Amino acid sequence: MNTIPKPSMPWAATPKDRLRDLLILVGAIVFTYVFVGLSPMNGKLAYFFIFFMTYAIFTGTYKGITRGSAAAKDAVVSSVVVVGAVATLIPITSILATVISKGYKGLSINLFTTDMSLATATDPLSNGGLLHAITGTLTLVGIALIISVPLGILTALYMTEIKGRFMKPIKFLVQAMSGVPSIVAGLFILSAVLYPITKSSSGLMGALALSILMIPTIARTSEEVLLLIPSELREAGVALGGTQWRTVAMIVVPAARSGLITAMILGVARIAGETAPLLLLTGGGDKVNPNPFDGPMGSLPYYIWKSFYAGSEESITRAWAGLLVLIVIILVLFISARSLSSRKVK
Amino acid sequence: MTTIDTISPEGRKVLGTGLETRAVHAWFGKNHVLSDINLNFAAGSVTALIGPSGCGKSTFIRTINRMHEFIPTAAMAGEVFLDGKDVYAAGTDVTKIRLKIGMVFQKPNPFPSMTIGENVLSGLKLAQIKVANKDSLLEECLTRAGLWKEVKDRLGAHGGSLSGGQQQRLCIARSLAVSPQVLLMDEPCSALDPGSTLRIEETVRQLSESMTIVIVTHNMQQAARVSDHTAFFLSDGGPGEMIETAPTSEIFSRPKDKRTEDYVTGRFG
Repeated sequence: MNTIPKPSMPWAATPKDRLRDLLILVGAIVFTYVFVGLSPMNGKLAYFFIFFMTYAIFTGTYKGITRGSAAAKDAVVSSVVVVGAVATLIPITSILATVISKGYKGLSINLFTTDMSLATATDPLSNGGLLHAITGTLTLVGIALIISVPLGILTALYMTEIKGRFMKPIKFLVQAMSGVPSIVAGLFILSAVLYPITKSSSGLMGALALSILMIPTIARTSEEVLLLIPSELREAGVALGGTQWRTVAMIVVPAARSGLITAMILGVARIAGETAPLLLLTGGGDKVNPNPFDGPMGSLPYYIWKSFYAGSEESITRAWAGLLVLIVIILVLFISARSLSSRKVK
Repeated sequence: MTTIDTISPEGRKVLGTGLETRAVHAWFGKNHVLSDINLNFAAGSVTALIGPSGCGKSTFIRTINRMHEFIPTAAMAGEVFLDGKDVYAAGTDVTKIRLKIGMVFQKPNPFPSMTIGENVLSGLKLAQIKVANKDSLLEECLTRAGLWKEVKDRLGAHGGSLSGGQQQRLCIARSLAVSPQVLLMDEPCSALDPGSTLRIEETVRQLSESMTIVIVTHNMQQAARVSDHTAFFLSDGGPGEMIETAPTSEIFSRPKDKRTEDYVTGRFG
C-alpha cells in the first residue's frame, strides 16, 4: 500500500534559521547604536549607513563561516540591493508623509467649494478655498491632453508604422524636445503666441506650453509601446485585405491600447505639477474661470507657489493642503486610467 | 466582390480559375533568394511546397499574395496570374488581391484585442465589406475550419484563450470569412501537436472542395496526406529553385530528380 508523503518545503527557512537571522539583525542594530554613540558621527544618515554596513558584514561573515565564500558574497550583494531599494523609497515616503501630515490640517469643505477671490493670505482657513485652482489644473491638463494625445500618438505612428523619410530627424527632435526646460516652453509660447497674437494671458496659453512638454513624452512612450506589437499582427491584417490605415486603426492601436493609456498617464505626470510656464502665461487668478480662452486662470502649482510666497501661517497651511490635493488628483487620474486600460472585452 | 466559379473535374464548384506563376524571381536587397519559379495551381487542388529551410518556399508564397513587398528591401520579377490577370500589373488594387488570396501564417496570430467572433469577422471589417447575416457567416467559417463545436459557447472569449491548435484554426476561419479563391498556408502546423495537425489537415481537405490551396510544409507525411500536387524547392547556396513538380504520389514513389529522391527519402534536409 502506497502512503502519500506529507508535503513539505525543504528549501524554506526553519524557525532556527529565522532566529539566527533575527539575532544578526538585532546584533547589527545594537552594534550600530553603540558604534555611532561612541564615534564623533551623528544624525540619521550615519545610523542608516553604519547599520547597513554592519548588517552586510555580519550576514556576510556568518554565511561565509557556515556555507562558504559564494554564500557570503550572495549575502553581501543582497544587502546592497536592499539598501538601494530602501534608499530610493526613503525620499518618496518622506515627501508623502510630510505632505500628508502638513496638508491635512488645511483640508476643509470650503477648500473645494470656494475660491480665493474674496479671501486674502492672512484670512483664517475657513475663508476661501482652492476650487479655482482645482478647476484650473483640470482644465489645463484637459486641454493639453486634447492637443497632445493625437499629436503624440500620430508622431509615434509615423515613426513605427509609416517609417517615412523624416523618421530619423523626427525621432531626434522628439528626444531633444523631451529635454526642453519647462520655462523655455513657457517663454516660447509667450513670445510666439501671447505677445504677437492673443496679447493676454489665458488658460489656453498655459495649456499650449504644457502641450510642448507633453507631446515628446507621449510620442516616445507610444513609440516604444507600438514597437512591441508583433509585426505578425500587422501582416495578418494586411493579408486579410486591409489597407495599412485600417490595419493600424483596427489592430495595432487596439492591441497597444493599455500601453498608449500609460503613455497618456506619463504625459499627465510630466505636466501636472509644472509651475514655471503657468507663472508666465496663465496670469494666475484667484477666481474660478470656466473660460480657458480669456482671463487669468488659476492652477494648483500656481496656487501653491503663491501661497508659500505670501508667507503667512494660514497661507503656508493652504499651500500644503494644495500640494496634498494635487497629489491626490494625480493619483486618482492614474488609478482611473489604469482601470480603464486593464478592462477586458468580455 | 466578383468571383469566377469553375467546375472541377470531379464536378465540384470551386471559386476562381486557379493560379499560375511565370518566371517568378525574388530578392532581398542584392540577395537573390528565388529563381525562375513556374507553377500552375489548378482550381480546387492542394499543392504542397516542400524543401529544406531557406530554399525560398515562404518567400514564394508571399510573392503570390503580394506580401513579399511588405519587407522594405524586397524586390521581385515575373508574373502571377489570378483569373488571367497579373496581380503585379500596374493599377492593381493590392488589397483586392489579398482578399482573393488568403493567407495562414506559421505562428497562429489571432488579434489580441478581439473576441473569437470578432476575429473571424475581422477581415470583413478591415476590408469594409458588408454582409447580410453575420451570425450565419460566423458559424459557417468556424464550422469549415473545424472549430465551431469547440467555441460556439464562448464566441465572446478572447482569441488568446484558445490552445495553439484552436488558434490556428481560428486564423483559418478568419481567412475564410472573406471567401478567398486561393488559400496560402505557410507551415500552418509547425507549432502544433499531432492531434491539432490532423484536424487542420482534415480542414484543408474539406476546404479544397471550394478553393485552391497552396501549403508549405516541412512534414513529408503531411504533404503526402493532404496534397494533390507537390513541388520540391532547393537552394544549393544560390537562389532557391524549383527542382521538380508532379502529382504527389509520383514525387514520393518515383521522383525524376536524384535530389528530390534524396530529400523525400530523408537522406538530407
